[in-house]
Amino acid sequence: MLSFIARRLGLLIPTFFGITLLTFALIRLIPGDPVEVMMGERRVDPEMHAQAMERLGLNKPLPAQYLDYVGKLAQGDLGESLRTRESVWHEFLTLFPATLELAFAALLFAGIVGLLAGVIAALKRGSLFDHGVMGISLAGYSMPIFWWGLILIMFFSVSLGWTPVSGRIDLLYDIEPKTGFMLIDTLLSDEEGAFKDALMHLILPAIVLGTIPLAVIARMTRSSMLEVLREDYIRTARAKGLSPARVVFVHGLRNALIPVLTVFGLQVGTLLAGAVLTETIFSWPGIGKWLIEAIGARDYPVVQNGILLIACLVILVNFVVDILYGLANPRIRHQR
Amino acid sequence: MTSPIPNSVTPASPVDQSLLYPSPYKEFWQAFARNKGAVMGLAFMCLVVFCALFAPWVAPHDPSEQYRDFLLTPPVWLEGGSWQFILGTDELGRDLLSRLIQGARLSLLIGLSSVVMSLIPGILLGLLAGFFPQLLGPSIMRLMDVMLALPSLLLAVAIVAILGPGLINTVIAIAIVSLPSYVRLTRAAVMGELNRDYVTAARLAGAGLPRLMFVTVLPNCMAPLIVQATLSFSSAILDAAALGFLGLGVQPPTPEWGTMLASARDYIERAWWVVSLPGLTILLSVLAINLMGDGLRDALDPKLKNAA
Repeated sequence: MLSFIARRLGLLIPTFFGITLLTFALIRLIPGDPVEVMMGERRVDPEMHAQAMERLGLNKPLPAQYLDYVGKLAQGDLGESLRTRESVWHEFLTLFPATLELAFAALLFAGIVGLLAGVIAALKRGSLFDHGVMGISLAGYSMPIFWWGLILIMFFSVSLGWTPVSGRIDLLYDIEPKTGFMLIDTLLSDEEGAFKDALMHLILPAIVLGTIPLAVIARMTRSSMLEVLREDYIRTARAKGLSPARVVFVHGLRNALIPVLTVFGLQVGTLLAGAVLTETIFSWPGIGKWLIEAIGARDYPVVQNGILLIACLVILVNFVVDILYGLANPRIRHQR
Repeated sequence: MTSPIPNSVTPASPVDQSLLYPSPYKEFWQAFARNKGAVMGLAFMCLVVFCALFAPWVAPHDPSEQYRDFLLTPPVWLEGGSWQFILGTDELGRDLLSRLIQGARLSLLIGLSSVVMSLIPGILLGLLAGFFPQLLGPSIMRLMDVMLALPSLLLAVAIVAILGPGLINTVIAIAIVSLPSYVRLTRAAVMGELNRDYVTAARLAGAGLPRLMFVTVLPNCMAPLIVQATLSFSSAILDAAALGFLGLGVQPPTPEWGTMLASARDYIERAWWVVSLPGLTILLSVLAINLMGDGLRDALDPKLKNAA
């Protein structure tokens, strides 16, 4: 198992360097003069221009610039935002819990509903329910989620007034960010109704963000479950008189879950990309909205290293999923 | 000397058509038509393509003409709607149906050009990676891994952030984003084919590398690529709309579906149609293409049938 982990870790290193090359190239590929672009004005004073080139290290040859960049990264220096003068790492850390909370809620929603729908559809293969689940999940898979979010807002927030339109919590509440997770922070605070308010703010964005993963998980669970239910050990389990629920959930679902687990991992990328859209629609103060705003404001250090951080996150999650996959399935582990 | 004709062959007997193998096209169509969703998707896409091709004649109005007396007119079936504007008008009094039809042109153009722009280099890189597994292969695949590490929309956002928003940059960004899947698919298919006897035979017959690549091996790798092209066509439309919605894609006043949605956001409380209809068009088009893709997969790639 250890050698398996080591092999996978070894594969990560070139990928990581590739990502740093990509984000490094990002800022150098901007057409035109980078300083002028960053300052947002033409004909910058030559002295200031030279200073800025010096400060950004843009006057050195490219390989030296790259080494500088990686060296700074190795020291944990991700630069500072041009707008706020705050360190990028610090901004990321403050905003990330919001995205994480949203992604967790979305995955929880997608996982529970998707697994249940997939299992029931597989058990009732060919029924109306099965066709319904497959049809809806195909629609969910094709969903432009930015539109889906607007439709849900229009219906639940504007027409029915059940949920708030945007943000994480009502301005009435002053919640001290202890963990950064609004649900936990509101529980820890003694403000009445704050938890319920935070929950109401979370529901719609979580549904919107969870829609595509939900569709994928439901489809995957169904097909994987159908495959497993044909296996001999299921027949054996039935034959020895186990209860149907035990056969389905303990013998069936546990084995059907292996491919679903991989899909879960792959959905993390989808979630982060979807977070960009969802956070924009719901004004959710997370890293997706941060990144889009930084692009709008030409805040290149934030764009560059924000993308780097997100890419690292995706790589890391995929690595963990790989390891879990290896744990669940010894055949993968011993593959060379 | 004449060789005796074997008497089992009866010359010039009328051939019973039903006993022959169906032509590949007929066989393909039969397999495709068995999937009702795929046929429905195809029908819808034919409609969209027709509208896009003949937009100036199909559209009832000029998509950029502003009818100042008819701001936010509801669709015809609602109170206050009129047959003049079947799907209503937007905040500047432009006819929504005409804009959606014009938008179909744009979305199909973006989808088609980005698929072509990623399919061709993707196949080339995949062939190279498959034919040179020692040196070129691993480096190409590592590069693709890097590109896959970023979620596709984020990578597209990053690329547009460098190049600046606009139609052509949207196409470039989406083409780059969908490149890795073609490379991987081509490489995997090539690796599978290279060990086959017919490839060895072609090699022995003296086929050069380009001939081996493009004439011998590539045609046998096309099935998964066609399926992938369909699927990435739909995700190209979706990503282009998402970029437009974020203000990074095609810029207003060009009637791109995502851009239309973004500018309609402010009217969500007063005029549901300006928000709902562009999104519904995106959803239906993407759904139709995905349904077609499923049908194509079943028909072209029987191995994958019922797999996912």
